Amino acid sequence: MSPSNSRSRLGALGLLLLVGWLVVYPLILVLTESVHSPQGWTLAYVQRFVSEPREWHVLWNSVWISVASVALCALIGIPLAFLFEWFTFPGRRVLGALVALPVVLPPLVGVVAFLFLYGETGFAARLVQAVFGLEEAPWRLQGAWAILLVHAYSMYVYFYLLTRAGLARLDPAMLEAAASLGAGRWRLMRRVVVPLLAPSLLGAALLTFMTALASFSAPYIFGGGFRVMPTQIVFTRLNGEYGMAMVQTVALSLVALAGLWFLRGSAGQAGTRGQKGTAPERRHIESPAVRVAATVGGWVFAVLLLLPHLTLLLLSFVPIGTWTTQLLPPAYTTSNYTALFSEPERLRPLVNSLWMASGSTLVALAIALAAGLLVVRRRSQLGPALEAALGLPWVVPGTVFAIALATMFSVHAPLAGRVVLIGTVWLLPLAYLVRNLPISSRSILAGFRALDPSLDEAAASLGAGRWRSLWRVTLPLLRPAIAAGATLAFVTGLGDFVTSVVLYTYDTRPLSLEILSSLRQGDVGIAAAYGVLLMVLSAVVFVLGSDRPAVSG
Amino acid sequence: MEAVSGKVNPPYLILDRVSKRFGETIAADGVSIELSRGQVLALLGPSGSGKTTTLRLLAGFETPDSGRIVVDGEDVTRFPPAARRFGMVFQHYALFPHLDVGENIAFGLESLGVKGEALRGRIAESLRQVELEGYERRRVGELSGGQQQRVALARAIAPEPRVLLLDEPLSNLDPTLRERTRREIRGVIERVGITTVIVTHEQDEAFDLGQIVAVLRAGRVEQVGSPDQLYSQPANPFVARFVGRSSALEVAVMEQGPTHTVIGVADGAWRLPFAASLPAGAKALLVARPEAMRLGVPGNGAVTGRVVERRFTGATAYYTVQLSDGRSIEVEGLPEAARPDTVVGVEPGERGLHLFPAG
Repeated sequence: MSPSNSRSRLGALGLLLLVGWLVVYPLILVLTESVHSPQGWTLAYVQRFVSEPREWHVLWNSVWISVASVALCALIGIPLAFLFEWFTFPGRRVLGALVALPVVLPPLVGVVAFLFLYGETGFAARLVQAVFGLEEAPWRLQGAWAILLVHAYSMYVYFYLLTRAGLARLDPAMLEAAASLGAGRWRLMRRVVVPLLAPSLLGAALLTFMTALASFSAPYIFGGGFRVMPTQIVFTRLNGEYGMAMVQTVALSLVALAGLWFLRGSAGQAGTRGQKGTAPERRHIESPAVRVAATVGGWVFAVLLLLPHLTLLLLSFVPIGTWTTQLLPPAYTTSNYTALFSEPERLRPLVNSLWMASGSTLVALAIALAAGLLVVRRRSQLGPALEAALGLPWVVPGTVFAIALATMFSVHAPLAGRVVLIGTVWLLPLAYLVRNLPISSRSILAGFRALDPSLDEAAASLGAGRWRSLWRVTLPLLRPAIAAGATLAFVTGLGDFVTSVVLYTYDTRPLSLEILSSLRQGDVGIAAAYGVLLMVLSAVVFVLGSDRPAVSG
Repeated sequence: MEAVSGKVNPPYLILDRVSKRFGETIAADGVSIELSRGQVLALLGPSGSGKTTTLRLLAGFETPDSGRIVVDGEDVTRFPPAARRFGMVFQHYALFPHLDVGENIAFGLESLGVKGEALRGRIAESLRQVELEGYERRRVGELSGGQQQRVALARAIAPEPRVLLLDEPLSNLDPTLRERTRREIRGVIERVGITTVIVTHEQDEAFDLGQIVAVLRAGRVEQVGSPDQLYSQPANPFVARFVGRSSALEVAVMEQGPTHTVIGVADGAWRLPFAASLPAGAKALLVARPEAMRLGVPGNGAVTGRVVERRFTGATAYYTVQLSDGRSIEVEGLPEAARPDTVVGVEPGERGLHLFPAG
């Protein structure tokens, strides 16, 4: 077995070098560039950042918006999870699924849909304007509050899903034990349910914080004069102040790492998982008034959630320039959609997004599978390092990676592992790949860990070589994990905006950028049609990816 | 194999001073066992004794630090599992959940290049051997525990391996199924006539399935022999106590004769009907089977004690007798031989007594 051992050691080293080159190296370059000018090493950029009150202000904006987003999302998501997991009322199943919808939608689509519904010239504003006969739009959807609103709307789903999963795992016997020991409803909540849910809640808080901190679409479109770090970095770079952009990038990364450290540190090891038995029985709501309220509340919430996307759908059928002041569009057409598919220039972004998302997903899956074999199967000594490197792009905001990759691939120095890719078609798919690594590897490594190792041994004792055993036993059993990882990675790539806006070229412009440019040119119908297309594609991929018969046994 | 050996039954499977260490712990410490073709070996020992490691070394999932494993004259010590042609039945069966019963059994046959009609025939034949004819298209998850066990057995024997390995084959079954499945396994092994190694921590299973039993402790082989030998001629106190019921008493040798030994026990003395190579005055450990002891009348120089417990099993009863020095011994007797709390005499019988040097 020693030759295969040294081969796997070599494989692990090779993979670690590859992932390190893709993930760690660009960040190191950003760090060095932030203290390096064409004239040599310098602390000038750092000093300028530190002495500029505006920079601190932007950084503070990023932090408080993220914290407020966590609070707001918890406020919406947790009660909703309890409602859907513990009580029964008419429509619970359908609504429960609808409420989880934002998780499959690309952030930019949500933001644009929000704009169409609640924006200054949006549907809701028009309605209020018409009802009260106002001269001007009743509000402007701009600034911090607009960003918070969008965050709450698109990120509460983390709290909702993780809390529900945590509740479903609660051992009902534990609740019964507490009740039989005389605990009343509040004591039960405070002493049993909440402590057991703590890991789920902290997990959701972490996920929300990191997503909010990295959020780019919402501040970019609704921010107006209100800047957060991700938008600030992009604007600084557009102004040609590269050194400053590097310092800002480093600052944002540090805040992200601090958030991770703080929330991970308090997460502890309290586990609620691994309990056998049935989920706690759902309580039927007894009081008719409360039941009606829960039902109505559930439905209203679901409709509120879906309204932006319905607006998007509606707008995608409106001919250019026909809907001006009326409450409802006066005319409908399918020409927006035919334009997407018949005009080569409009079809191009769709083709781009599809190939870049699928290509990056396939490579990410291959890397994740190799990592799974080396980390879990061969228990490589480099495993922890490899796993940490693969997870890094999740910790670091997308803007940071976009800037880092742009920096790394703007210089021709093959000996230093750098080539010029900026301006070529390869940079964007490479960025998608980096962003997809944590998504696919997390799912696939978990899949490997759940596999019974004796299945592999059984295959070996039945005479199967390594490849046959991989092909016939390991991969088929990993299918659900691969499907889950592939789905999430593909949908992330398909709807990506945050890295695309920094790295795209005219030839590689993806759907998200085209939505934005259509919007700027006033092609609202076209933008909406792109948005609907992106939504439908994401949803279809999700259904295909999750609809797997569970392997029994 | 060339006819090197002049023996009638040349060893077919040889474990030659096989050792394996995991960090600080020695899981196998110079394990040496030989098996003739078609023999069935049971590896018996408490948990942590190294029996599963020994099986995994045989299967090739672990490589020994030193020593050799030879099968049919071929040194397979460094062979990967796939090249050994050993069949294995796993403790939790390890049936492939995404394949049906037929595909599971086909897996090992396909490794040998068996195809088409021949493949179907071999699958059907294997299923017939475990009495699951017609189960080819069943899903693994639909089967009961006992059926899964038999499919695992069929899958292991289908490629006609040189050696069959079974890891705690009955530990996952409920007690009512164990007896039946054990008989079935024995039947299949006998019909196929395959050289087999079974790991178990249950003495019943080891004695029932193994023609040869190796008792392991802390990675070492304590004794190898037939079940009868292990029971009637245990090599050391550990084997004597681990195999079968027994009581152990520390005693002093009082007299050593040519065909008898007298030992002092509590308030009296026993005359054992064999010579032990222990000098008078030496400390010794007496291991006595319950059936080796008899209840008698107290007094008259007999060792006396009080019955503290009586366990009735039907044909006989087991009496726990507390001797005058506070120690206890278990005695088998007729159901009506004594009642709890009565004073009885205890005396040794002819067989089932083992005297070891103390230490």
